[in-house]
Parts: sequence; structure tokens; C-alpha cells
Amino acid sequence: MSKKSLRGEYGKTLLKLGKNNKNIVVMDADLAKSTKTNSFGDEFPSRFIDMGLSEQDMISTAAGISLTGKTVFASSFCVFLVGRVYDQIRQSVCYNNSNVKLVATHSGLGVGEDGATHQALEDIALLRPLPNIRIIVPADSIETSQVIEYVSSESGPFYIRLTRNDLIDVHDENYKFIPGKASVLKDGEDITIFAIGAMVEKAMVASKLLENISVNAAVVNLSSIKPLDNETVLHYAKKTKNIITIEDHSVFGGLGGVVSEFLSQNFPVKMKIMGVNNSFGRSGTADALYKYFKLDPENIVVEAKKLLEI
Amino acid sequence: MDKEKLLYLKRTASQLRKLIIKMISSAKSGHPGGSLSLADIVSYLFFHEMNFNTENYKDDKRDRFILSKGHAAPVLYAALSLKGFFPQEDLSGLRSVDSQLQGHPHRLDTPGVEASTGSLGQGLSMASGIALGNRISGIDSNIFAVIGDGESQEGQIWEAALTAGFRKLDKLCLFLDYNNQQIDGNVSDIKDIAPISDKWRSFKWNVIEISGHDFEEIDNAVSRFKNETERPTIIIAKTIKGKGVSFMENNLKFHGSAPNEEETEIALKELDNE
Repeated sequence: MSKKSLRGEYGKTLLKLGKNNKNIVVMDADLAKSTKTNSFGDEFPSRFIDMGLSEQDMISTAAGISLTGKTVFASSFCVFLVGRVYDQIRQSVCYNNSNVKLVATHSGLGVGEDGATHQALEDIALLRPLPNIRIIVPADSIETSQVIEYVSSESGPFYIRLTRNDLIDVHDENYKFIPGKASVLKDGEDITIFAIGAMVEKAMVASKLLENISVNAAVVNLSSIKPLDNETVLHYAKKTKNIITIEDHSVFGGLGGVVSEFLSQNFPVKMKIMGVNNSFGRSGTADALYKYFKLDPENIVVEAKKLLEI
Repeated sequence: MDKEKLLYLKRTASQLRKLIIKMISSAKSGHPGGSLSLADIVSYLFFHEMNFNTENYKDDKRDRFILSKGHAAPVLYAALSLKGFFPQEDLSGLRSVDSQLQGHPHRLDTPGVEASTGSLGQGLSMASGIALGNRISGIDSNIFAVIGDGESQEGQIWEAALTAGFRKLDKLCLFLDYNNQQIDGNVSDIKDIAPISDKWRSFKWNVIEISGHDFEEIDNAVSRFKNETERPTIIIAKTIKGKGVSFMENNLKFHGSAPNEEETEIALKELDNE
């Protein structure tokens, strides 16, 4: 199956939305060619603002623009859009409940060769506790375009975490993103793999490998990190009693954190949180890094066997 | 400016100062110094210059005021209450748990507050964002903002200065409340921001220096701002921290602490005799 670009889809969707919705303003911080906001800028120069290398100013300015009734998309790499600008997101965006959509196109190990300085592994953990913001991590190009369309029509702050690398479409063209709901990609009885972003396609491959050893794994794309689809998480915890979470993010405070916070208080089950454990990333291709940090289908199988004691 | 107007603005400033003292005194915490130093500028903007009132404050074409130095919230709350955004008696609830008046301004809690501020350095960016948003919508209202001198040590101020200068945000008028005091001492001793006018000029701003307690000078500077069509304007207002209350003037103790009962009584008497 061919792979498709999530950020490319982001750029295309912005362009499409910008034609009908004159209230959309797009901002970037000298990475428009990488984040793909440049095509919006070419088409609607009066509604595109390249702030140069001033991310802090960009985020507070985005909040200001939104106070005039605009819907503002602001993009950069995750590491510059979240970590560097945390207080501006907290005060200017979330405390003001500004209509600002933060769209990070390069996240986690997926950034690849640029190495640890550019690989944000803690952004979800940073943003989750902030009131008013909602967090979505699309798993493929189909979901990306629907998520961007959705957030453009919904007031308030959002954080959308994309990834640099092209991904296989895990949804078909009939897929309908429902805000706050998980997308169940494969039902199963023995174990559930909750995954986000680039890890969803790996979870799908792992479920095939598990079939070979007679393990029927459910795969659920938990793209809506906040709010979490409690109902689906609870359903699969009760049904399979064993859970793996996997994310291109730290094991602290991300997908694993949100699922275990919920289940430990509602229906504790055996869990394995797969992610980057207390480590910075490093240079390498995305695939090599996912292997290095044991975030690949083979290691999902290893962890599933441990949980199931087989 | 005619004499009658001048007298009215002076009286209003004095009234603002009394309300500041009363509300901080009843809250038993807050920032009197930097609120008092701004009273004349706020009096001029809210009671003479700005097209901003309870009737039009949701109108896209209103003038706007952003208090980037959010710790001067009391002067803003005093002005908003005098403008009728909420009853004056609400001021005594400042900083208490069931009040709509937070320690630092919060847009969602308090009618008339345009932006939540308090973490220093962010308000100027928000103000220039409003100017950019208005420009996109073809609205030519004025945006007034205030930063502090200590706040000028924040890096984001200079990112925003570059943005507004580069983008020629001529509808943006920024006041610098230059009282030369910050929590740990004199600004000139901690991390001097001088020569401040040269800095802003080099960032392509229209720079005007005035006394922040002289209404004629404030009036003149704002007129020059309104005639400027190429650059954003910064009015560098030399002020006295604690202005109007003798024992608070240039007294660092009153940057961030409330007067006790006796001090409150003396302060209010002094302001009555002004």
C-alpha cells in the first residue's frame, strides 16, 4: 500500500478551507515549506503571516488575531511549537480560551536525521494538563484532512500532532472522524493495542503477526487524546483484560499516561506502555529509530507475549 | 486641551488612585506602585481618548486596551468600574475567591478586559495580533497597550517589537511605564534598558518621550500617534512609581505589597487634598 503525507494533506486542506472561510488566518515561523502552510500563503497572502524565527511572539500574536474573530492556525515543528512556547500556550492561548489551532507537523522520533534537538517526545505530556485545549493525533492522511476540517469549525484551542513521514492509510475513504471518539481498526478478544500517529500502522502489522501465534488482538486508534474516548477504552479493557499502548512519545504522560490514569481508577488491567523511556532521541532514519527504541511490530509481539504469559 | 477637560481628567486620575488604594488595602495584597504610576495615562485613555464603553465593547470597531503589565490590574479594574462595566463595590472583592476580579486580568472573568495578561512579555504580541487581525478585516481602530520597564527585559517584547515595526502596525500605540523600578531594585541596576528610545527607533517605531503624569504631553503624544501612518508608536512615559501618595513614591516596598490600615487612611487623605 502506498504511503501518504499527513502534512501534505494538512496544507491541501487549509487551502481548500481558506477558499470558503475568509476568517482563517495561517501563521508559520520560517518553516512554511516543511509544514506545508506555504500553499495557503501563496494563495491568500493577506491571511498568511510568516513570523520568522519568533515562536513565542507567533503564539501570543495568534491569540491576539483570534481575539478579532479569526480562526488562526499556527504551525512549526513540535519541538518549537510546544516546548519552546509553553508559557505562551498556557497564558495567551489556553487561559484566554483563544481560537488558535496549533498544528505541529514534525513530532517525535519520526523527525529522523536531525536528531534529539528536533525530536519532541514530551509535548503531549506538557499540553494535556492545560485547561481548554483539546489534543488530536491523526493516524493517516484521511484522518488528517477530516481533523483539520473539524477544528476549523470548532471554537477554542486545539493541538494537532502530525508526523514528518508519509504513512499508510489505516482508514478507508468511508472513514468518518467523530470528535472525541476512538477508531476501532480491528476487533479482538485477547489483547488490545491502543496506538496513535505513526504507531497505528505498526500496531496493525503486529496484529497480523499475533494472528500467526493464535492471538486475536484488537487495534484501536486513540487519535483523540483529549478528550479521551473513555467508553471505548473501558469496553476493550473489560473485553480483553490486557492492554498495550504505543506512541512515538515519552512513556511519561502521553498516550500510556492517559489510558492508565483512566483505567487505574475505573477498571485496572495488565498494561504495557510502549514509548521512549527516559531518553532523548538520536539521529537516524525514522524506521531505524523505531527499531532502536523497540517501537516496531516485532517488539509489540514480544510485549504481548509477556503480558499474556505465552 | 481645554482647562475643564484637564481638570476632569486630573480628578478622574485621582479617583482611580483612591480606588486602587482602597481595593488593594481590602485585598491585603496587590501592586499599588505600578498601578498608581499608570493612573494618569489610564484616565486619559479611558475617559478621553478611546472609543470603548459598555455599549460598544463587543463591537469589532472599538478601540482596545491591553494591559501587558498585568500586575497593574487594579488601575484597569478601577477604570472599568467607573465606566460602568461592573459596580464599584465589586472592587473590594479583588483577589478573593468568589470575585470576578483576579489578581491579574482575566478576559473570561471580567467584563471589559480584552486579554488575559500577567505573565510578562505577552501582551504586546497579543496587541499586535489584534492590529494584524483588524488590518485583515479592514478595521482601522486604535490598539493601546502598556508594558513596564522591567517587562522590557523579556525577550518576547523584542520579538514583538520587530514584528510590529516590520509590519508597520500604525494603529498600535504602546505606552512604556518607565518608573525605573522592578521587584529586586532599580531597573538601571538590575538590567538597564537604556538607551531605550534608541532601541525602539532602531526597531522602526515612532518614538515619543513624555512625562506620564502630564496630560498635555500625553495628549500631544497621542495626537502624534494618530497622525502616524507608517510606523507603530511607542510613548515612553517617564513615571513615578507610587505617584500621588507621598510615602509610596519611588518606594520599592509598594511594588507588590498592600498598605496597612493606617497607611491607607493617610494615602486616601493625601489623594483627597490633591
